[in-house]
Amino acid sequence: MKDIKIHVNDLSLYYGEKKALKEISMQIPANKVTALIGPSGCGKSTFLRCINRMNDLIPDVKITGEMLVEGVDIYDKNVDVVNIRKKIGMVFQKSNPFPKSIYENIAYGPKINGIKNKTELDEIVETSLRKAAIWDEIKDRLDDSALGLSGGQQQRLCIARTLAVSPDIILMDEPASALDPISTSKIEELVHELKEQYTIIIVTHNMQQAARTSDYTAFFYLGELIEMGKTNAIFTKPEQKQTEDYITGRFG
Amino acid sequence: MNTVINETENHFFSNKKKGVDVKGKFIIGITQIAVLLIIAVLFIILGIIIYEGREKFSWEFISSFPTNGMTEGGIFPALIGTFILVIVMSIAAVPFGTITAIYLTEYAKENSKIAAAVRFSIRTLAVVPSIIFGLFGLGFFIQFVGGGIDKTFNAGQLHWGQPNILWASLTMALLTLPVIIVSVEEALKTIPRELREASLALGATKWQTIKNVVLPGSISGIMTGTILAVSRGAGEVAPILFTGAAYYLATLPESLSDQFMNLGYHIYIMSTQSSDVEKTMPIQFATTLVLLILTLSLNLVAVIIRSRIRRRAK
Amino acid sequence: MNSEFPNKQNFTKESLKKQFRLSEFLAEKIISSVAFLSIAIIVLIFVFVFKESLPIFNFGTSEKAKTEMEAAPDSGAKPESYGSEPTEELKPETYGSEPVANEELKPETYGSEPVTNEDLKPETYGSEPVTNEDLKPETYGDVKAEPTVAASSDEMKEVVGSNNEGADKTWSTFFTTEWVPVSEHPRFGLIALLIGTLKVTIIAMLIAGPIAILAAIYTSCFASKRAKEIIKPIIEMLAAFPSVVIGFFALMVLATFFQDVFGYESRLNAFIGGVAMALAAIPIIYTISEDALSAIPKTFTEASLALGASKWQTAFFVILPAATPGIFAALLLGVGRVFGETMIALMATGNAALLSANPFESVRTFAATIGSEMAETVFGETHYSVLFFIGSLLFIFSFALNAVAEFYVKGKLIKKFQGK
Repeated sequence: MKDIKIHVNDLSLYYGEKKALKEISMQIPANKVTALIGPSGCGKSTFLRCINRMNDLIPDVKITGEMLVEGVDIYDKNVDVVNIRKKIGMVFQKSNPFPKSIYENIAYGPKINGIKNKTELDEIVETSLRKAAIWDEIKDRLDDSALGLSGGQQQRLCIARTLAVSPDIILMDEPASALDPISTSKIEELVHELKEQYTIIIVTHNMQQAARTSDYTAFFYLGELIEMGKTNAIFTKPEQKQTEDYITGRFG
Repeated sequence: MNTVINETENHFFSNKKKGVDVKGKFIIGITQIAVLLIIAVLFIILGIIIYEGREKFSWEFISSFPTNGMTEGGIFPALIGTFILVIVMSIAAVPFGTITAIYLTEYAKENSKIAAAVRFSIRTLAVVPSIIFGLFGLGFFIQFVGGGIDKTFNAGQLHWGQPNILWASLTMALLTLPVIIVSVEEALKTIPRELREASLALGATKWQTIKNVVLPGSISGIMTGTILAVSRGAGEVAPILFTGAAYYLATLPESLSDQFMNLGYHIYIMSTQSSDVEKTMPIQFATTLVLLILTLSLNLVAVIIRSRIRRRAK
Repeated sequence: MNSEFPNKQNFTKESLKKQFRLSEFLAEKIISSVAFLSIAIIVLIFVFVFKESLPIFNFGTSEKAKTEMEAAPDSGAKPESYGSEPTEELKPETYGSEPVANEELKPETYGSEPVTNEDLKPETYGSEPVTNEDLKPETYGDVKAEPTVAASSDEMKEVVGSNNEGADKTWSTFFTTEWVPVSEHPRFGLIALLIGTLKVTIIAMLIAGPIAILAAIYTSCFASKRAKEIIKPIIEMLAAFPSVVIGFFALMVLATFFQDVFGYESRLNAFIGGVAMALAAIPIIYTISEDALSAIPKTFTEASLALGASKWQTAFFVILPAATPGIFAALLLGVGRVFGETMIALMATGNAALLSANPFESVRTFAATIGSEMAETVFGETHYSVLFFIGSLLFIFSFALNAVAEFYVKGKLIKKFQGK
């Protein structure tokens, strides 16, 4: 596997004194879906937030090690965190549309990037919504408040909003955990389609979901990366005892 | 009847006799009386002022000038003066207060000494007696700033170096600043972290996030703060005693360098320095009624908006 | 998936290079500097209020003033160089014209003949007589007279001497019991005012403290949730009453009512003022105490109830002691409110600086003194400075109260809940 998008070398994260991530080293392939699994509190979400430096927002966080994206260390002093986030989008666990219209939600990203032309914005809004497979449902009410959408629609809207800034990598933090099964399957289909164009990293506590959607799976436990490999391999013959225990539901 | 002994010595016994905890009833009763007393006094004040003021209270009273050495007529100029005061005050205090609140919630680092000093200053500002603001207005705005302007631009001619609406409003703005800051801060804190993160994750900068997501979400908080500040500023008299309020003016103020009449000040002088306090009693009560209606209704609006914000936060 | 980077190279050192964003930079700088202004305001308030009261401290420097005046008897000396009483009086603007005019006017203005000064109205500002603008007729006193005469070389020594004496005198009168600011021999007996202020404060706190705290206990410990939602806003509505309204109510209604009940002599007195100020202090004490009581962790209450204590025992023996620091802070801030309250004091206390322990006598408080006399004083004279000095005292006092409420109480609370 030559197409490695992200190289993580000995990445550790401290909340004050507490070491929350312990020397993580892994390689995340391009244009694949990588699932991060593990019991809650294992550090998988924290690790995800390291990839677009969302942890910068939390005071007292210290990060050591390297996070190389296409060979560039994003924690380098000379790297601009705002530009990083434009290239590495994120979809959150709880859908969080802005209290604005649907259109404004999608246009938010392009607008802050300086796109003012109305036709250009219209186009971006339409393509993003189409890519997120939600265009047909809401094309007639783009000016309605985004808060009026159902939970599943909101989450796909958030994905569309992320796509509108044309990122390269998309991070998803348990994007379907608060949704009903039908919405969940729509999100999963969407993930499947999106990997043609994007590198996707998805955190999930639902192992079926990881098995269904991902190409690679990494298992985290107590802040450590226990095992990473092809999803098939992880779920059928894990190398580590802890992984096996988790997958077979013996804890977590 | 000594239930205390029962309770301490024999729990089972006292439980059976729970209905006769006289001491407890008595103590709770006293606290209840305290509450009722406060509420009763409040309604008595309201009642008396409404009762005594209703006679004179009319549209004509509100919309006409005082006549006959202020022993007859209305309170129009005092009302207008109060409006101008609170408007100029808000123009100065709202942006200042909002920006300070943004600093405290968005930019100040936790445990930062400077932020702690800012917070302490604001709290001090909230407890400094209002008369001190009046002294400060006199010493700083009128004599230092106004006098300085006159010295440099007007060749010593007194123009800005005397009491006027501008200085009174700015003095009042300082007084009401903490009210605005506290309200806006509270509103800013109710903006969910998820929304900020959503914006930042899309590559927005901090300021873009504040401008596009945080501030629009706290408009109602800024409004609450403004309304509360206006209510406060409309009722305070001490700060404007010697920074701009006038006893009587035959015309409405025309520029910021004019003096003005003010409702609260009007009440004060009418009740203490009027030529005929007895005769003008109805006017005084009616003026007080107008001021009370103004401040209490503004407060009510603010309370309603605020409770909505709080509900949204939950 | 064939090419190494399917979507062109997205991450390069160049494209990710740290950018300088002007709007971002400006926003942060402007916002923080505006925020720091609030610190500046506190400092400015203190500086400007205190600055105006400085002249009364300057009796020690009159020696210097003397030599400078000798060197430039024609009033050429810059006012700044005086540093004593005259400093404030001889404003730079007042110079400009021929000093001769001053000299001529001086003999007249000296002495205690206020008549001569009658013509020297402040309106004359700007032209020759301006220099004498300082000589405000009504406020004439021996301290007053000196500055103008100071320039005349002959009389100067004597004058400076009396100036020195005057400042000293002003200072020494602070500790007397008479407040007679406008007279030939003004006496600024702060003690009379202090007693007045204390009397009103004590009466107000004796009334407001217990009522507000008991009401807070009821609201936070005994009232049902629905009752609480009604009681709290109503009592807090009392805070929205402008103090001039409360003062007016006390003046018009309370004063007559209590006079009828108790039959004392002076209608407006410390007791009326205290009652009215209690009305102003109650919402403050109530709100802060209620917050403090409600902040006590539920586990305390539950533990106590589980041990078989009744509701009221829990309230008074568990919740109340735990909330003591907060209630103490509430009382402190209540004192601060009453101490500096101006309008109620002006309207309801009678404003006579009498020295007596009788609560039914008229009193004059610090704040009311400033409020009622400032408009009548003249920029720069001793009376003016003394009022600003009183203002500085009030400021320092409220600042200290707030500091104690903040740091001491917070420290206590932290200790209490995080283990001793």
